[in-house]
Amino acid sequence: MSDLRTLYQEVILDHNKSPRNFRAMEDADMTLEGYNPLCGDHYMVYVKMDDDVLADVSFTGSGCAISKASASVMSTIVKNKTRQEAGKLFDQFHDLVTGKSAPGNKEELGRIAVFAGVSEFPARVKCASLAWHTLKAALEKQANPVTTE
Amino acid sequence: MTVHAGHEIVESARVLDVARLRKDFPILERTIHGKPLVYLDNAATTQKPLSVVEAEKSFYLTLNSNIHRGVHSLSEEATAAYEMVRETVRNFIGAAKTQEIIFVKGTTEGINLVAHSYGLKNIRNGDEILITGLEHHSNIVPWQILCERTGAVLKVIPLQDDGSISIDDATRLMSGRTKLLAIAHISNALGTVNPVKSIIRTAHEHNIPVLIDGAQAVAHRKVDVKDLDADFYVFSGHKMYGPTGIGVLYGKEDLLEGMPPYQGGGDMIKSVSFEKTVYNDLPYKFEAGTPNIAGVIGLGAAVNYLQGIDASALEAHETELLEFATTSLEQIDGIRIIGTAREKAGVLSFITKNVHPHDVGTIMDRDGIAVRTGHHCAQPVMDRFRIPATVRASLGMYNTKQEIDRMVESVRKVFEVFG
Repeated sequence: MSDLRTLYQEVILDHNKSPRNFRAMEDADMTLEGYNPLCGDHYMVYVKMDDDVLADVSFTGSGCAISKASASVMSTIVKNKTRQEAGKLFDQFHDLVTGKSAPGNKEELGRIAVFAGVSEFPARVKCASLAWHTLKAALEKQANPVTTE
Repeated sequence: MTVHAGHEIVESARVLDVARLRKDFPILERTIHGKPLVYLDNAATTQKPLSVVEAEKSFYLTLNSNIHRGVHSLSEEATAAYEMVRETVRNFIGAAKTQEIIFVKGTTEGINLVAHSYGLKNIRNGDEILITGLEHHSNIVPWQILCERTGAVLKVIPLQDDGSISIDDATRLMSGRTKLLAIAHISNALGTVNPVKSIIRTAHEHNIPVLIDGAQAVAHRKVDVKDLDADFYVFSGHKMYGPTGIGVLYGKEDLLEGMPPYQGGGDMIKSVSFEKTVYNDLPYKFEAGTPNIAGVIGLGAAVNYLQGIDASALEAHETELLEFATTSLEQIDGIRIIGTAREKAGVLSFITKNVHPHDVGTIMDRDGIAVRTGHHCAQPVMDRFRIPATVRASLGMYNTKQEIDRMVESVRKVFEVFG
């Protein structure tokens, strides 16, 4: 049970049950689809910009607890960040779930640190990173749906 | 040369000696995350008994050479071993003639062969191809491609709430325009056993030839293509305890005779010149190129293995396990079983309230339990039940009640983790 708890942390279970910013955004500046057809995780990510700042980020869709909690946590932490700051968070998150993160920088990682356990479950990295890759592609003005499979 | 002549398992008491069978499958001794493997993904692929592995190994060590070529002894022996398996398979499915047995890569290639060869020759603009709502993608997409190329229309017999199809619905959709019916014998996603014999009879009353996708059936039910009167019957080796990359297309001789080749190349010709090529006779007309010879030898060993087991004892064992698993799972709050047809084979698809199947799959994996999660290559089935995916436990001959208990315990843990 303990190793499962490293993946399914309370924060993750909470965000899965009550996802934050879980709504469509009609006046979004960017809207992009993230879809993993093999496993069925399927989300839309919406971004409202204010100059260089992500003024609002929301999402809709469905999928497993890891993918949904990841989208929810992401939407809360990138809000009011600049593009560059959001890009840095993406890199940190990516390193964390793929096990490339340097140990001991949990403080800096803040709320995304709860996803550290994902690196021990390689099959679930694609779930955790779907929303993040979708956001990154949206910020780069890509139009094609994103997949992490 | 020893093409292993199957295992000497005689089930005189008509009760499967599962403990003894399990010894034939070394992989079952493995542990996953420190726990004994419980392999419940048999609908995806079954494990292989030692006799199958050893038959392939023995082929490469003692007999390897190309078939139907050359006069040297090794080639003759390899050819004889290969052709002996054709006879073994003929006997296994009750076909009339060995030339009705075509070796293919698997079920998918078998269906594509029929769609391409029979389909392009016989199906025209405005004709209809009939399938059902529970088909695997491999029994949908080849027909869609054929429809795109010919202008034919794909019609679908609807799936009922319990995951079965009704013969009345099927009959209603048959008409003079229907030129082929393609249907699974057993559903890979739900376990439904279709009444294929009645459906074939009805289709024949309308002069409609029928292709049966038997991928999920041959390892779990006695199949007799003559008794069924199937026009085409297709299955894979790897879902019947045999190797991957080998399968069988059975077709009635007169239908196969009338069909053009699927692929051109070596072995499928009698003579080639730049002016005219004469195609080979059945079954070689459909076996272009060097085939998966070792795979065929392994398939033969798998058939021998299955034939060493009493088919009714095997079916009874899997039915009892399915009923036990169904009853046990139904006792857990928050479980919904998808596919509750009266006639079911050993497939148990279910969803867990508020927990996505992939999370269930991860938690069960940590308990050493291999189940499939996802849409099982049957997205229309998922859409029909308005769900994205299911957890699927699928049974094989070596599964036990103790393993089902471990699965059920693990499912309970899912709800503990998710509160």
